[in-house]
Amino acid sequence: MAIDVRLLTAPFDPGAFVGPFANAHPGLGGICTFVGEVRDDGGVAALELTHYEPLTLPGMRALADAAVRRFDLMGLLMLHRVGLLRPGEPIVCVAAAALHRRGAIDAVDFAMDHLKSQAWLWKRERTAAGWRWVEPRAEDFADKARWDFRALT
Amino acid sequence: MRVLFLGRLQDAAGCVEREVLAQPSVAALIAGFEPELAEALRSDKVRVAVNGVVGATALADGDEVAFLPAVSGG
Repeated sequence: MAIDVRLLTAPFDPGAFVGPFANAHPGLGGICTFVGEVRDDGGVAALELTHYEPLTLPGMRALADAAVRRFDLMGLLMLHRVGLLRPGEPIVCVAAAALHRRGAIDAVDFAMDHLKSQAWLWKRERTAAGWRWVEPRAEDFADKARWDFRALT
Repeated sequence: MRVLFLGRLQDAAGCVEREVLAQPSVAALIAGFEPELAEALRSDKVRVAVNGVVGATALADGDEVAFLPAVSGG
């Protein structure tokens, strides 16, 4: 069992992490990996992510532990960038290893929905008009809520 | 004590952190700030962490207080 959760301060190559992660779990049935990148929609020149040391990484570790328990994972890799990012750069990478595909796929979906709405991260983007703080979106909370009732079943 | 302003609160405070004289409570700490900043910090959407514990209200000398606006998420 490997739970590897990190905040990264410099650009990273997801494959360089996912490869060794897969190799660390002989006998696995499947790995699901999601990589999120900074969207290049024309207007945004840069994105800056701020974290708060005492909360952000511990919060991500707790989320990783919850995903491992809930989806019976063999391992979970959770990487998130902080600092200054440019369009096209990877910002997040979550990979789950499990005996069966469903657990791996659902665990990544679960982890991403919670990261998007709950992680102790603050984001601002720079456009031609200057810096602008990014507000939480209603869809992000709705995505996370999809998982709430399932906890009861 | 050290006070940190996360996210958009750094704009309201005009800085990311301040060193202030010890205060007995979060409420007293906020009351000592400029009115506009104090108002921003009293928002329902702002949470407070004392030495990394969210929701604490009592303060002691040497504590680190962080004001946390709604997160943007990852």
